[in-house]
Amino acid sequence: MTEHEYDVVIVGAGGAGMRAALESSQRARTAVLTKLYPTRSHTGAAQGGMAAALANVEDDNAEWHTFDTIKGGDYLVDQDAAEILCNEAIDAVLDLEKMGLPFNRTTAGKVDQRRFGGHTRNHGEAAVRRACYAADRTGHMILQTLYQQCIKQNVEFYNEFYVLDMILDGDPQTAADGEEISVAGVVAYELSTGQIHTFRAKSVVFATGGAGKVFKTTSNAHTLTGDGMGIALRAGLPLEDMEFFQFHPTGLAGLGILLSEAARGEGGILRNSEGERFMERYAPTIKDLAPRDMVARAMANEVREGRGAGPNKDYVLLDLTHLEPKHIDEKLPDITEFARTYLGVEPYTEPVPVFPTAHYAMGGIPTNVNAEVLRNNTDVVKGLYAAGECACVSVHGANRLGTNSLLDINVFGKRAGIAAAEYALTATAPELPADAPAFVTALVAKLRETVGGEGTERVAQIRKELQETMDMNVQVFRTEESLAEAAALVTQLKERYTSIAIHDRGQRFNTDLLEAVELGFLLELAEVVIAGAAGRKESRGGHYREDFPTRDDENYLHHTMAYARPDGIDLQWKPVVITKYQPMERKY
Amino acid sequence: MTATAEKTDSTSEVGAVPTFTVTLRILRHDPEGLDGREAGAEYWEEFTVEAFATDRVLDALHTIKWEQDGSLAFRRSCAHGVCGSDAMRINAKNRLACKTLLKDLNPSRPITVEPIKGLPVEKDLIVDMEPFFASYREIMPFLMTTGPTPERERLQSPEERARFDDTTKCIMCAACTTACPVFWTDGQYFGPQAIVGAHRFIFDSRDEGEWDRLEVLNDKAGVWKCRTAFNCTEACPRGIEVTKAISEVKKALTSGEV
Ligand SMILES: Cc1cc2nc3c(=O)[nH]c(=O)nc-3n(C[C@H](O)[C@H](O)[C@H](O)COP(=O)(O)OP(=O)(O)OC[C@H]3O[C@@H](n4cnc5c(N)ncnc54)[C@H](O)[C@@H]3O)c2cc1C
Ligand code: SF4
Ligand code: FES
Repeated sequence: MTEHEYDVVIVGAGGAGMRAALESSQRARTAVLTKLYPTRSHTGAAQGGMAAALANVEDDNAEWHTFDTIKGGDYLVDQDAAEILCNEAIDAVLDLEKMGLPFNRTTAGKVDQRRFGGHTRNHGEAAVRRACYAADRTGHMILQTLYQQCIKQNVEFYNEFYVLDMILDGDPQTAADGEEISVAGVVAYELSTGQIHTFRAKSVVFATGGAGKVFKTTSNAHTLTGDGMGIALRAGLPLEDMEFFQFHPTGLAGLGILLSEAARGEGGILRNSEGERFMERYAPTIKDLAPRDMVARAMANEVREGRGAGPNKDYVLLDLTHLEPKHIDEKLPDITEFARTYLGVEPYTEPVPVFPTAHYAMGGIPTNVNAEVLRNNTDVVKGLYAAGECACVSVHGANRLGTNSLLDINVFGKRAGIAAAEYALTATAPELPADAPAFVTALVAKLRETVGGEGTERVAQIRKELQETMDMNVQVFRTEESLAEAAALVTQLKERYTSIAIHDRGQRFNTDLLEAVELGFLLELAEVVIAGAAGRKESRGGHYREDFPTRDDENYLHHTMAYARPDGIDLQWKPVVITKYQPMERKY
Repeated sequence: MTATAEKTDSTSEVGAVPTFTVTLRILRHDPEGLDGREAGAEYWEEFTVEAFATDRVLDALHTIKWEQDGSLAFRRSCAHGVCGSDAMRINAKNRLACKTLLKDLNPSRPITVEPIKGLPVEKDLIVDMEPFFASYREIMPFLMTTGPTPERERLQSPEERARFDDTTKCIMCAACTTACPVFWTDGQYFGPQAIVGAHRFIFDSRDEGEWDRLEVLNDKAGVWKCRTAFNCTEACPRGIEVTKAISEVKKALTSGEV
């Protein structure tokens, strides 16, 4: 056991974590703990772009962007947060450019911009060019640029450190409203040695990314197992809006690897087996560039009604064949390469098989606009922050618009870094209780004991069954029955999880052990997703209930706050912040 | 799949796709000396798995880890060639396991899998990447400018942007550096990736630190060690013309112009 002490500890070195680190490390003694080398983070997989109303190529402004974000989120967006997101977007892009990010350029030398789903001119008149981009490697460039700046600033990284617990100085579930609870640090497992480390810190920022691996077909990395969300839930904190998961329309069929919406932004068209441009029926104005949840459902519906393509009629086609090969090479080089490498399809001449893929968690650890973590509808945990995909501020509401997440991680990553450092400079160092590492020590010891023991269950098998039931029952179409079925299976899987056996008895690089830990998070998060989806008897954004197919503002225009209690998931509501924009029907 | 779709057992679903049997011959490294081995023992071990036509080497490694031997250690994350975690030597060539399809490797013969060469092996296919990242840090891989920061973006024409496009694609997988015979034998050499990283800034019209970097690369550990073996270019999973980038840096040093 090794003990460390910092002013600020940041958990995660993706876009949100490194953006926070750049701010925090200038102001306070900061450490970044990350289970992956920073440049392996999944921000690097982001393709299409980052939204900001720079108006470099056509008329645009932050207010239009705000409106689109709120409408795109099916009015579950906190409007104060969306205003901040869109107002600060312009500086967020300019900051990155000044750090050296190689954006694509207009002929005048400015940052170029392109169209993306749901981003419109003047409240829905037509698609607008708002996404700043670097070919289809925007996330890669953001991750690289932030990492380069971290090198420049000598940011201190603890690479391949898995944070598995957070330490609070009280129990958020038994504390009275208004009572002060603070963070005291985190406990981490070092991959290379198997050692456990405690980090005492005045401020802790969670930036651990998404949880796509609760599903089988996903654009998310193997490592996106929702650790930060799971840690918060176990610490007694609520998770917000977890039933809202985005299924991106264009995953490579059968594989889930993403083909950016930029493919449609650049002119790509979705077709069914009859060659029909079916989006004309579902969203007559902006067609293929309708928000993701609508396009994903439309695709699933085409397949359901027998108009799917391929031998099993189980996907639709993304047609780029009418685009100039040169244009494709310039604007969409990577994703067309994915189609060639993984499906053997040549996008110049053949349409690409696609089907919705689990992509983005709109929900997460609830925060206010200063990235402070909420422990109920109003009280924050002092010194505890969250930003990026693991957090829910909520700027994405029920459905995130494309290019708004790379924006989110920059805007709220920066805010979290500043707030965490400023708080740390005024706060006194918390006491870390002597038993701080107890939970992690016990968790690791218990898993080690399973090696060669009685356990008969395999981690990979349980994970597979979990992911399959989630794809089958909790994907773009949900019903009371499908959710009940998933819930029952997850309960069984959790039970079976108690008799798993791992196989690696070693201390060093024991990824076998860590996969078991990660599965623990996935099972608990799946439970929250299912409970939230069952509790929300309406359809809104990414959450679609066939038994309640319309939005019900009267009963459900509020956020879900899910708490893990001894007897299961407890769902509470939190009001949506509405400033200027009254909910309207979402039509495109 | 959807709630109402017909429920099929996933094995029968993929059962329609032809499968084949493939053997992986993996160079293992046991740092701790478990199961009666000596600490640091190296040994070859063969595993046989069933695979589908779309499966990559990474899928086969997962099948082994998940169904046969959980102690097999390797890094991976994105599984589609963008994070740089899983460069390894596959049939004696450096490649990303997640981007190499089994069917393209002649699966009728055992496929050999080894850690990348020239970096200390930690366990099985995992190597210590720190020396590699240290070389990258040496070349000051960040934009250097002088003068006041402009209010809006710095302007750059599409042509200027194109000048260094190729080297912006690097995912730091180390496939190039660990394919380089000079790197294997000369512990001092920065290796191709560091030069690629420097190239990305040297030829960026906004950057003013090119001569600081060129000075580092002119050093004894720098570009002149390169013997133009082209291994790096062949190894690069991002299709970066590594040797060309190195020769452009050499040319800048001899001509004094970038
Ligand atoms: C294929 C793809 C394409 C996308 N394209 C776009 C796009 O074009 N535009 C857009 O706006 N959005 C896009 N998104 C969404 C966006 O990329 C992500 O939401 C965003 O990058 C998440 O950033 P993050 O910093 O929150 O998390 P990540 O980048 O995922 O980073 C998470 C970090 O947390 C660390 N971590 C996790 N668990 C632990 C733990 N237990 N202990 C220590 N460290 C831990 C990891 O090591 C990692 O460093 C895309 C997403 C995908 C999957
Ligand atoms: S240049 Fe290519 S091979 Fe070398 S580290 Fe970068 S991506 Fe990998
Ligand atoms: S796993 Fe990311 S490059 Fe292979």
